[in-house]
Amino acid sequence: MASSTAPAPQAATYPGDLSREQLHELYYWMRLTRSLEERLVLLYRQTRVIGGLFRSLGQEAEAVGSAYALDRDKGDILSPLIRNLGSMLVQGATPVEVLRQYMAKAGSPTQGRELNIHFNDLKRGFIGQISHLGDMVPVMAGITLQFKMTGQKRVGLVYVGDGAMSTGAFHEGLNFAAVQRLPLVVICENNGYAYSTPLRLQTAVAALKDRAPAYGIPGLRTDGNDVLGVYRITKDALERARAGGGVTLIEVVTYRRKGHAEHDNQSYVPPEELAEWEKQDPIDRYVRQLKENGWASADELAAIDTRVQEELDRAVALCEAEALPEPESALDAVLANPSHVEPDWFRRLHG
Amino acid sequence: MAEQTYLEALRQGLMEEMERDERVFILGEDVGAYGGAFKVTEGFQKRFGESRVIDTPISEAAIVGAAAGAAHMGLRPVCEMQFIDFISCAYDIITNYVATARYRAGLSTPIVVRGPSGGYVRGGPFHSQNPEAAFLHTPGLKIVCPATARDAKGLIKSAIRDDDPVLYFEHKYLYRRIKEDIPEGEEILTQIGKARLAREGTDLSIVTWSALVFKALEAAEQLEREDGLSVEVLDLRTLLPMDDEAIMATVRKTNRVLIAHEDTKTGGVAGEITARINEQAFEWLDAPVRRVAAHDVPLPYAPTLEDYVLPQTGDLVGAARWLAAY
Repeated sequence: MASSTAPAPQAATYPGDLSREQLHELYYWMRLTRSLEERLVLLYRQTRVIGGLFRSLGQEAEAVGSAYALDRDKGDILSPLIRNLGSMLVQGATPVEVLRQYMAKAGSPTQGRELNIHFNDLKRGFIGQISHLGDMVPVMAGITLQFKMTGQKRVGLVYVGDGAMSTGAFHEGLNFAAVQRLPLVVICENNGYAYSTPLRLQTAVAALKDRAPAYGIPGLRTDGNDVLGVYRITKDALERARAGGGVTLIEVVTYRRKGHAEHDNQSYVPPEELAEWEKQDPIDRYVRQLKENGWASADELAAIDTRVQEELDRAVALCEAEALPEPESALDAVLANPSHVEPDWFRRLHG
Repeated sequence: MAEQTYLEALRQGLMEEMERDERVFILGEDVGAYGGAFKVTEGFQKRFGESRVIDTPISEAAIVGAAAGAAHMGLRPVCEMQFIDFISCAYDIITNYVATARYRAGLSTPIVVRGPSGGYVRGGPFHSQNPEAAFLHTPGLKIVCPATARDAKGLIKSAIRDDDPVLYFEHKYLYRRIKEDIPEGEEILTQIGKARLAREGTDLSIVTWSALVFKALEAAEQLEREDGLSVEVLDLRTLLPMDDEAIMATVRKTNRVLIAHEDTKTGGVAGEITARINEQAFEWLDAPVRRVAAHDVPLPYAPTLEDYVLPQTGDLVGAARWLAAY
C-alpha cells in the first residue's frame, strides 16, 4: 500500500511480525470499512440502498485484524457474517462491489440476486454467508475438509456471533470439524446482542470460549477492539491449524454500537452502555497506539484518510447511475442444466 | 449376464463412480467400517480408505453442509442419510444453502444426498417416509426415485456426474426384492429428467414412481385379465425436473389418468402432476384425473394399520375401474 513518504522514526520497533507498512494497512482497512458504511448510510437515506443496511461500527478491529492474519498467497478462505465487511475488504472484495450489492445493480457480484455482503469469490478467498445463522460452519468444515483430503496447506476462518452459536448447525459443524481435526478457526464475535436479545438470554455460560472444551478444542478469548491483539491470536491459531493442529475457537469481545440494521433504533440498549463502548472505539484506540509508539505520524494517517475518501468518491461515482438487472434475467441459472427457466404462460400473454 | 438386486445395482453404481473419479467420496453415519445400515457401502472403506468413506457424527446438517463446502472446492460428495426420514434434519441446509447456491452465488454444488425411503416394511412413522413433496417445491434441486435395479444403478451414476445437487430416494422395500440382469461392463447412465414407459396400454394410464410402479404393473395385469382393460404405466423416475412431455403423451394416448404415490395425499406430488395435466392437456381428458395415495396420517407400525394406510394393488384396481367406467 502506498503511504506517506515520511521516513520511519529510527526509534520505533514494530509489534510481532508486522512491518510499519502493514500497521498502516490495518488502519487503512479499518478506516475504509467505517467510511464505506458511512457512505452507505447516506445512500440508504436517499433510498438508493434498496434493502436493509447493516453496520459494523465498533467491530472493525476484530473483522480486519482476524482476516489480516490469513495468508492470501496460500489461498486461505474465510466466511464472514454481516458485521464482517472489514474481513471481506481485507480478502479483496472492493467497495464498488459492495455498493453495487447494496444498490441491487445488474453489475453486482450476484447480479442483483442477493443483498449486502452476501457474495463470494473463492479465488480471492471469501464465501458469503446466507441469512440462516450457523450454516456456514458446516460449509466451512467441508471447504477445509477438501484442503485436508487433498493435502493442501490452506486454512479456513469462519465467523459466528453470540446468536449463531445457539443454532444446531453451529454445533453440528463445529463438532464434525473438531472430530476431523480440520484446519479451521472459528471467530465468535461476542458483540452483546443478537438483534435485540442480550447475551444473557442467549447462553448460560459465562464466556463463549467456555464452550470450546466441550468440543475438545482450545477456546481463547481476547479484546475484540484491539486490532493487533486480534491479529496475533488469530494468526497463532491459523498457523496451528495449518500445521495439522485442528480447530480453535476464539471469542472476540466487542460491542455492536448500532442496531441490528439501520432501521433499528436500539431502544433496548441502555444509553450508558453505548457511551461506555464509544470510549473503546477500536479505530480511535489504534490511532492512539500508532501515534504513541511512533508507528505512524498524523500526516501519514491523514493521507490514508484522504485516500479512502477519494477511493469511495470514485466508487460511488462509478456505480450510482448503473442499471438494475433486466427482469427476465431472474429466470437464469437456477440449475446448471437446464440453465434457464421458461417464462410461465401468463407472462407470454403480453409478450 | 449377472442377476443383481436393486441394492447391489446401486452399490455397483457407487463403486464404479468412485473408481472412475477420485473426487467422489462418501460421508454419512456408519457408512465406513460397518458399511451402512443396509450395507450399501459394505467394503467401501477397505477399498477406498477412510478419507473417501467418512463416518460422521449423527449430524445430518453437518453431513450435507460439509458436502456442499467440499463440492464448491471441486469434490463430488455422496451423502448417505441412514434413513431418508432424517433428511428433515438437513432441510435448512438443503433448501436454503445448497439449492440456492448457484442462483444467488454462482457456486457449483454437485452433491448427491441419498438414502432409503418408503414403507411396506413395518418401519413405523420414522423409518418409512417418502419426503419428495417437501423438496419438490424448492427450485435448485433435482429429485430421482429409481424403481428398477437398472435405474438404481443408472440414476446414482448420473446423479454423481450431474453438476446440480441431486436427491436420490431409493426404496428400501425394493432393495432385495427386485432382481434384474445387468450386463457387466455396460455403462448405464439413466438420463435425469426422463420418464420410462413401464407398460404400454391404450385405455388408461397410471403415472407413478418408485415401489408403486410394481403395484401398478400388478394392477394392470389384473385389469387386463379380469376386465380386458389395456393399462399404461408410466414410471416417472425423476420428479425434478418433471418429464411433462412423457406425462402429456400418455394423457393424449389414453385420455384417463390415475396418479399413484406412496406419500400422503395432501400437498403430495400427485397434486402438482394433476395441475400440469390441467394446464397442458385438459382437452384430452375424458375423465377427471384421480389420485391414489396414502391416507393423511403419520405412517403407523402395526401391519394391519400400515397396510390400510398405504396404497395397495387392490386400491389401484378399484380406482382404475372407476376411471374406466367414467
